[in-house]
Order: sequence, then C-alpha cells, then structure tokens
Amino acid sequence: MLRLAELWVRRGAGAVLHGVSLEVPRGELTALVGANGAGKTSLLLTISGILRPHRGELWWNPEGEEPVRLDRLSPKRIVELGVIHCPEGRQLFASMTVYDNLLLGAHQRRDRRAVERDVARMFTLFPILGERRRQRAGSLSGGEQTMLAIARALMARPRLLLLDEPSLGLAPQMADRIFETLLELRAQGVTLLLVEQNARAALEIADRGYVLEGGRVVRSGPAQQLRSDPMVQRAYLGIGA
Amino acid sequence: MRGAAAHLLLALALAALVALVQRALSPYAVTLLSLVLMQVALAVSLQVTNGLTGLFSLGHPAFMTVGAYVSAILTYPVRRKGFMMPDLPPVLAESEWALVPAVLVAALAAALLALVVGLSVLRLKGHYLAVATLGLIIVVRTLVNNLDGYTRGGLGLSGVPRLTDPWTVYAFVVLVWYLCWRIKHSSYGRAMMAMRENELAARSTGVDVLALQLFAFVFGAAVAGAAGALTVHLVSVVTPGAYGIPLAFTLVVMVVIGGQGSLTGAALAAVLVALASEALRPLEESLELYGLSQALVAVALLLMLRFRPQGLFGSREPGLLVGGSNLGGSSSACPSPARTTPRAVSAGTAPSTPDAPRS
Repeated sequence: MLRLAELWVRRGAGAVLHGVSLEVPRGELTALVGANGAGKTSLLLTISGILRPHRGELWWNPEGEEPVRLDRLSPKRIVELGVIHCPEGRQLFASMTVYDNLLLGAHQRRDRRAVERDVARMFTLFPILGERRRQRAGSLSGGEQTMLAIARALMARPRLLLLDEPSLGLAPQMADRIFETLLELRAQGVTLLLVEQNARAALEIADRGYVLEGGRVVRSGPAQQLRSDPMVQRAYLGIGA
Repeated sequence: MRGAAAHLLLALALAALVALVQRALSPYAVTLLSLVLMQVALAVSLQVTNGLTGLFSLGHPAFMTVGAYVSAILTYPVRRKGFMMPDLPPVLAESEWALVPAVLVAALAAALLALVVGLSVLRLKGHYLAVATLGLIIVVRTLVNNLDGYTRGGLGLSGVPRLTDPWTVYAFVVLVWYLCWRIKHSSYGRAMMAMRENELAARSTGVDVLALQLFAFVFGAAVAGAAGALTVHLVSVVTPGAYGIPLAFTLVVMVVIGGQGSLTGAALAAVLVALASEALRPLEESLELYGLSQALVAVALLLMLRFRPQGLFGSREPGLLVGGSNLGGSSSACPSPARTTPRAVSAGTAPSTPDAPRS
C-alpha cells in the first residue's frame, strides 16, 4: 500500500499541501475528491516524484517487499517500482501513433516480447484502439484518447495506478465506460488512486475516499460512509443545499 | 528488410557518385563534393541533437573548432612543431599522430566539452541552451585566439597534413547516417521524440529526460568534433573564426527546412543549401553583393516557416528507406522504424513543432 504522512508541498510562493496524511490500501480503489485548486493534482505529482515535498514522508509498501521511501527517488525510479501516473488532460504524444504511445508506456521495460503481448492485451481491453493503432493519437476522439492514456499507463505494468481526472471533458456515457474499466482493473488486482471532480461517480465505485480542501484532508473513510456524510453531500454531491 | 536494401543501394549510389566526380571532374568539384558531404553529416547529427529532442543547440561550430585544432596539433609534422607551437608539452611536441586516433581524440575532446556545458545548462528550461551554445562559439574562438603558443592565434594553423580524401569523408557520412538512423529508430529515439512533444507525459512514463538530452547533445558534439578534424585534414588550414555563428545558423536552417526529426530531410536540405550557396557565389562576386546567399537562405527559411512549418518531411522518413512493415501487422517482434512513420498520416497534417526556432 501507499502511505503519505504529514506531507507538505510548496509550489511557487505558497504551500499547496498542508500536512496531508492518507493511505491507499492494496487492491482497493481509493478516491480523492475536492474542488479545483484543492491540491489533488499536486498530490499525484508528488507521489510520482515530479514535485518534491519539503516536509513529511511518502512510503510505498508493495506486497512481500521492504517498504520504500518514494519522496527521495527520481520519477524514473518510481515508475520502475510500479507506481504509474496517468496525468490530467491525458497528455498523449499527439503526433505519434497509438501504437507508439503504448510502447512509450512500456519505456522502462526491456522484455520486448512481453511488451508486444501487453499491446495485444490492450487491444482486447480497448478494441477501438486496435482499430486505430496506426493513427495519430491526436486524431482520436476524447473518449478514445482517455482510453489510450489509461492503456499507456497499464503498459508499464502498474502495481499502483494514479489516475488524474479520467472523466474530464467526456460525455456521461463515455465517462461511465471509463469508470467500468477502472472496476475491471481493480478486479484484476491493480491498486488505484483516483482523483475526480465528479465526486458522485468516484464515491460510487470507490472502496474508500478522501476529501481534500485547501490542501488539507477534511473527511475520510469508507466511500459508502462519505456518500451519506451531510457535509460531503452538501458540498460535493449537490444534495440538501 | 526492404529498408536495409534501400540503404545499401543508396550507399552504393553515393560511392559511384564519389568515384565519378573524382575521375571525371576537376579538383574543385571533388573538394566541393567533400564539403557538401560534410555538411550532410553535420546536419544529420544536429537533427539528433535538436530535431529529435526539441533542444535548440547552436554549438556545432564550437565543437568543430575544438575538433579541428585538436586533430591539427596532434598530426602536425614534428620538425615544424617547435616554432609553430612553442608551448606544447614535450609529449605532444615530439609525436606525430595518424589520422584515425587523432580524429577519435578530437571527437572525444568535443564530447567532453559538451558534457561539461550540458551538465550545467540542460537543467535550465527554455532557450538557455541556444544562448549558452552561442556564447560557447565566442568563448572557443577567444580561447583559440589567445592560446597562440598552441594554435598560432589569429594567424591560424596552415600546413596541416592533408590526410583526408573524399573516400574518408564518404565513410564518415555513411557512419554518421547509420548511427543517427539507429538512434532515431531505437526505443531511445522514440523516447526523445516523446519528450520533445510532451515532457511531463514523458517523465511520467519513466523517461529520463535529462540523461537523453545530455546524450543527444554529447553525441552531436562528438560528430561535430570529428567533422571539424576531418575538414582540417581536407583543406589543411584552420583559423579561429573558420566555424562561426553563420555556420551555426545555416545548420539550424537545414534542420528546420528538412523537418524536425527527419534525417532524410536534413540531408536533403544540407545538399540544397550547400549547393545553392556555392552556385550563388559567382553571382555575389559579379554583383558585389556579398552575403546574398545568406539572405536567400534566410528568405527560404521564412517561406518555409510560413507555408510548411513542419519542414519538408515533418518527423518522418521516406517509406522506401523505412521498409515494408508500414502496413499494419506486428507479427515481427523486432522494432520496426515504420512505427514512427505511419502512412495513414497524410502529408498535409502538421505534427506540432513547438520548439521550432522562429527567431
């Protein structure tokens, strides 16, 4: 599992995370909800080593191995440990093909044959990507691009997958399909940390949730419990205003 | 395998051209051919440094100067070293090197310089590298001018042994082309193009951006160093200002006209620009309009950026060189260059070239 202990992160002049502590248990889907600017993206960037905390600790404890302290490792090293970040806004390599995007997801792997097998697996998981394998990633529709972003992240064989707003800008139907895919991944044993503005959908599929406000965790607990929390309902689910 | 055959054919055709020019045409044509080939090698290597990675280095002339002087000093006849280079340490003053080791040391010296510059400058974002490498050209020239006990300063070094012939240059171009092609079509080349396109995404898939940038920069410098060395043994003279800012500009233009990331494009643009400059020289002299060719190259660049900003080839290579595996089907497990150059993309769609120099 992943554990953040009293993590402080600065971006520019001010702090964006004020002593955040949270846990992502193995095999579960953990949702992190909150408004714009609450620090959700910064938190993911810190986990993947792109931002550095100035206080606090970040521990990764994979099954049957020694815990590793992530907050001192390079992004490359963190990817090698199986912690994979699927960034906000998809961030595809737009002028490169679907196929090349997938290969880049497996950039740190050297087992060429297994990588090809995983590409085939992605085309089973997302058949539309198989049909469009020679197309430029930038020419795909929004939903297809999100699928490609997730597939690219899966190519790295994640043990923990960090997802930043995968439903952003998608039609509701397409968003539902993406959420279904996340449940499928959890069933396959991938641990997930999902950042979402769509709190309702996120808390519906998650096992556990955290609510972030102004860089602080203000609520946490089993997702079911959060869904019935009056404060969460009022602020994020639009119930009982 | 079709791609490999096409490459072999191209190499043979070029060899035939070299042989033909040597047999049938004047020594002027032979030298011209060698210099054009040298420009091809320089432009193609700069395509790896700048085109694939999105860096903007202007440093090639500085590395060529370093390479040229290092190789000239190493190979200079011992009996004349005493009065030409009085400050040389005895080890160097009493030895006269052969071409190949001298060129290798020249490439190494340029690469080391690039490593030092790259380690300090590549950590900065934006166009700092362009400014730093522009400065490097001036720093190197000033050093060469003032270390006159080694270099004869502003007088330049003449009488450098002519150890290079068109065939050496030919072998060099083929080698550089081979290395660059392999780099572009490896997983590292793919990662370079990925970080050019989207650095954040590249980093989050585990691409070590700094290491790849450093590699591309040092590789380009090594090629430039070797090219400088080979050129000095071709023309037998080198002066501190022989390779300066105009050359840096010309090489960058070749990369942009060819298309960022396209080796074929850079090679073709190098031939076109070099031949055009040479063809315009008599015109410049008769009209007394010196600098005309540079002005025309600049106009060509502006037109290119206005009407075809992705360059002649975009990031791609012609299908013939890439081989037959363009048409889907990934039954082969070996990495195929075709995968970076889909036919599905029509020639009209512009790949984004966010770092194309627009100055």
